[in-house]
Parts: sequence; C-alpha cells; structure tokens
Amino acid sequence: MPLLENGHVTEDRWVQATAGEALPAGAVIVPLDRLEEGLARPKDAPLGVAIGPDVDVAVLRAALPRLALVAVTFPTFRDGRAFTQARALREHLSFTGEIRATGTPLPDQYEFLLRCGVTTVQTDRAEDVAVWQQAHEIISIAYQPSVLHERAQGLGLRRFLGK
Amino acid sequence: MSTDTAPLPVGRYAYDEVDRTFLSQRVAQFREQVGRRVAGDLTEDEFKPLRLMNGLYLQLHAYMLRVAVPYGMMGSDQMRELAHIARTYDRDYGHFTTRQNIQFNWIRLEDTPDILERLAGVNMHAIQTSGNCIRNVTCDEFAGAAADELLDPRIHAEILRQWSTLHPEFSFLPRKFKIAISGSPHDRVAARFHDIGLVAHPGPDGRAVFDVFVGGGLGRTPIIGVHLRDNLPEEDLLAYLEAVVRVYNAYGRRDNMYKARIKILVQALGVEQFREKVDAEFAQMNRADYRLDPAIVEGIRARFGIPDLDAPADAAQTLEADRRADARLDRWVRTNTHAHRHEGFISAVVSIKPDGGIPGDVTADQMDLIAALADDFSFGEIRVTHMQNVVLGHVRKDRLRDLWLRLDGAGLGTPNIGLVGDIIACPGLDYCALANARSIPIAQKLSARFANPELQENIGTLRINISGCINACGHHHAGHIGILGVDKRGEEFFQLTLGGSAENDVAIGQIIGPALPEDETVDAIARLIDTYLVLRNEGEAFIDTYRRLGAASFKDAVYAPA
Repeated sequence: MPLLENGHVTEDRWVQATAGEALPAGAVIVPLDRLEEGLARPKDAPLGVAIGPDVDVAVLRAALPRLALVAVTFPTFRDGRAFTQARALREHLSFTGEIRATGTPLPDQYEFLLRCGVTTVQTDRAEDVAVWQQAHEIISIAYQPSVLHERAQGLGLRRFLGK
Repeated sequence: MSTDTAPLPVGRYAYDEVDRTFLSQRVAQFREQVGRRVAGDLTEDEFKPLRLMNGLYLQLHAYMLRVAVPYGMMGSDQMRELAHIARTYDRDYGHFTTRQNIQFNWIRLEDTPDILERLAGVNMHAIQTSGNCIRNVTCDEFAGAAADELLDPRIHAEILRQWSTLHPEFSFLPRKFKIAISGSPHDRVAARFHDIGLVAHPGPDGRAVFDVFVGGGLGRTPIIGVHLRDNLPEEDLLAYLEAVVRVYNAYGRRDNMYKARIKILVQALGVEQFREKVDAEFAQMNRADYRLDPAIVEGIRARFGIPDLDAPADAAQTLEADRRADARLDRWVRTNTHAHRHEGFISAVVSIKPDGGIPGDVTADQMDLIAALADDFSFGEIRVTHMQNVVLGHVRKDRLRDLWLRLDGAGLGTPNIGLVGDIIACPGLDYCALANARSIPIAQKLSARFANPELQENIGTLRINISGCINACGHHHAGHIGILGVDKRGEEFFQLTLGGSAENDVAIGQIIGPALPEDETVDAIARLIDTYLVLRNEGEAFIDTYRRLGAASFKDAVYAPA
C-alpha cells in the first residue's frame, strides 16, 4: 500500500499494531484504545495513534508530546470530519508530527488534505499515484487562510500555494 | 494585463489575472476528471461529488448544469454568454433559480468542460452550486440601490464567496450549506430560512457588524433559524463562520441525509449548547490568522464598479407625467419597481413570470434583450432575484417609460411582482428525479386564471410557492399559500399550506387539510382567494386576514365548494 508525501511515493517506516498481539519494538501505530499500552513502551520508541472520525482530538492533548504520528481516516471520501481533526491538531494542539490520512480519500481531495495539515496519505490504489501528483499540482491559488500559512497575494484573501 | 485597466463592472467584483488563472486551472481540472470518468477510471459514485462541485446534476432526462451567479449579480456580457450557451448546448433557454443562479436543463456530459471554459471566458463558473459544500451566497436583489438599505452587503458576499471557494476543510460537509446576507432592516433574503443568515449594519466605528442567525431551512423539516449572536465585528466575520461550520462538520449527522443539515444539529443540541460549542471553538482559534483586515475589505470593495448616478433634476417629475399619461405604465410602475436611494433613479423588476408561463424560464433571445436593456438603462448591470425574476437596479426615472416600452413590446412587461402571478415553483416532475408531482402545470394554470392585472392588483400582495415533493425546493412552507405535490397511489395530489412567510414576519405555513386531486387544486385556491376578498378588512393583504381569522375561516372554502 503506497504512502504518498508531497505527491510522491515514500517509504513507510511505520507498522500497524496487530490486534491481539503484543506491540512490536519499532515505530508502531496503535489504535486509540491501545494508546496507554503504547505510551508504556520506552520513551524513545516511535509511537503513532490511529483515531476514528468521531474522536475529538482534544483527548490526545496529554499524549501528543510523545506522539510522532496521528492517523485520521476517511471511512468514505464523503465523510469530511478528518479535515477538521487534522486542522484542530495543527491549530489548537500545535502538533508538528506526521498526520496521515487513511481510508478512502480521493486524489481530488489531496490539496484539501494538505491545506488542513495532513502530511502523508496511505492509499490502496497504487495506480492512482500519478493522479494524486496531478491533483496536487493543478491548482496554484487559494482564497482562504490555511494551516500552511501560504504567502498572501496582494489583493484580498488570495494566496499562492507555493509550487 | 491590459484587460485589468478596463472599467470595473458595476455592482460586482472585477476579476484580475490571478482570479482568471484560478478559473482556468479549475476548468482544466474538471476536464481531466470528466476524461477519467469517460475512460472508466472513475466510478459514477466517485465522479458524483466532483461533478456536483462543478454544478453538474444528473436529472430525470439529462444532465443539468447550474451556473453560479454570485449574490445574484451579473453583467450584460455574462448574460450574452449565457444566451450563447443556451443556443449552442441547450434547447434555447435557461431557468433562473430561487438561489439567484441559472440552470440549463439539457446538457451533455461531454460538453461540460467546453461550457465551463466559455463561462470562464466571462469570469463565470459553476463552482459549488451543488454538493455538500458552502453554496452560492445569496443577497438582497436591491443591494446598493434600495432606499431602505443601511449597508451594501455585496462586498461581504464577495468576501464569503472567495473564502468558501474550494475551502479545504468545508468541501465535504454532512450536507449542503447555504448563507444569505442582507444589509437592509427589511429582510429580502429569507435570512432565517438559511443555514446561516447574516444581517449587516454599520457599527459604531462605521465598519460593518453582523447579526447572525443559524439553523434555518425548509426542506423536509422546516425550521426558522435561531439567533446566535449580535454585532459580530467585521474583522471576526471569517473566524466566527469558520467556528460555526467547524462545529457543524464535526458534529452534524452523517448517518441519514435527511437529518444532516445544520438545523437538525442546532435543534438536537439546543441553541445554548450549540452556541457554547461555537464560542469554545472561536475562543481557541488563532484569530490573527483569520482576521478580516479592513485593508482586505477595502481592497475587494475597490474592485467593484460604482454607477455614476447622475439624473436631470426633473427626472422624477418626468416619470410622474409619464405615469399620468398611461395607465398601463402607471400600473407597472406600481407593481414592478422599488424605491432607489437616489431620488432621480428607481429599480425595475422584469417579471420572468408571464401569464400562463413557466416561472423563471428565460429564452436565449430574452437573455440577449435583457443584456441590451441593461446596457442601455442600468450600467450593464443585471440582478437575478430569489423570486426568479430579474432586476435592473439603477434606472433613471425619466427613462423608465422607454425601458417599459421595450420590455412590454417583448412580452416582458407583466405587471405582477409580489402578486398572484409571481409564483415560485420548483422544476418538478417535468425535470427532477426526486419529484412526486408536476409543479409547473399548476403554476401555469394559476397564472393564466389570474392573468387579469386589475384582479391581481385588487387581490394584492400574495406569495404562492409550489414544490413538487417534500424536499421543498419551491419553498412551499414559506408561501402565504404553499402547494406541495404528493403521490397517492400513482396519482398527483396537492396539499395546501397557509400562512408562511420568509420575510420579517417569518413563519412556517400550516397544512389546511387533506391533499386535493390535481384537477381540483386551482379551483380550491380560487375559492381561498374569493374568501379572503370577502373577509378582508381595509388594507389587509391575504396573509393579514389569514392571521387575523385563522385557518378555520378558510378551510370550508377549500373543502366545501358551493
């Protein structure tokens, strides 16, 4: 399952926790209900957490300094709650680690994901990588502030997306 | 960039190269998406939200393309392009909608990228006229002209248009989201029947402040919007709307599309708890990031053309004399004009509701004529109203007769604004995949039956709204008389509601009794009106008499024909 970063395929150094098994030693993404178990590992063991779309990200506040990754998910591309979660992580909780989008987002949502603070996208549709890249490059102007703090373009609300 | 030195278009925002670049990128993106769909790389399920974000619906017989007319304002050049599209890609006509847009009903999927490219050529688009996103922001059709206006709401409508365009967080909301903005104490935008209604007025320092209503709407569950806060400062407008929509995106229902609008969330939480959530979100936002600086507002205001309102000193007297000389003109001025802030000017409403016609339908030739009249009489500026008519906002009073003569000669001089003939009807079963009944034939029969202008004026203000199903696109709940099409064992029936209003006296109409067969509906409404004429006190409109006497006095008229 390729992992996209900045429109390109990148290596995934994370593994998912397997249900019913002990957590492995390296970089692992745990479901929210195993967060305490993950936090109990050595402090230098990279830890990520996967949350469902109905989670208020404020519940991660105490754990965030230990987290290097938060995975948000799109059960369908129509369910846009993960956009708000990603933005709240960046904006309200000042999270600077990796935000990974999982589930079934569409390539056409890529720019929205990035502008809400998502850094990587895990997609099971490898054939779409070129489409994701194109979706990233096709629009160069936006009309509202985002967590990326793009450069304002003179008049009004406009800004360039820096590519 | 020579085009950027052209005169600014009156009444709307002038695009520059940056805006045009954005539009052309957007067209290229949609062309690529259509290509993937045609090639089979996108399923219809995946393509659907993409086409909807570009205003393209799949209707009963064909694709329908809904073109955005931001806050109802367009120029004569844009209207001519719409006429060209109607001739080239549709069947020679278009349809003005209740959200101030125009839609084309017979579009081929393969043609849509070309149509969008042509629209982009006149700085138009179909972005977010559909889909679960923030839709076209609607506005007072007399904005910037009305004598009773406190503040021109179009500048802030444009700011909201820009802010909501491809918004990264709010393009996949639980359901569609509609914002209306008014700058007049007289509500002409149905502010309390919108997801967010904004009423703008000048604050103590002269900059705009906003009273905010939330959670209003019609549809299957008609609800009057609740008051969320007063005097929202202009600089916090975007931050506060971000907070409201963010709460909705996080908590709005997604399990049932009929329970997914923000009105359901507001009702479920109660206004106090909803307000607490919005305030909590607002309090923790970095407001500097979202601050709407006065320099931004003034930068956008500077892109609006201003009409040069220069009229002869005797313009008003000339119109008075013209009216005395021609009773038909006099009647049209009484019914189809609105007071302008400048004493030498007046706003004229072109009725798109001819006797026996289809409300809101406009032919390509009529579009061209409206464009020509806008050039000749109103600075090239055209407004589409939420009543599905057209306004020429700034007409010199001494030239109003000339305008009327040309309208009248072309069959566009119907004197029925605000009267029985000014019916709002959804497209109904003639076009729509959701409808249970045909709305248009009922509208046509009513309009023909009450065609006599003297009779209409005698009856007075009366708003009739017709919806072909419970989704209520004809806003029947907001009509003084509402008509709802229902299906009874395969036959079309119509249910009447009375007493609704979308204006300052906002109310939801109440069902008067069992639905009527199609062939009895128009007669029943005629009896309702006859009853009102008998029962009314001096100066009472239908809605006043209904409110004074209640439903009982009218029920017999509907169900017990003499």
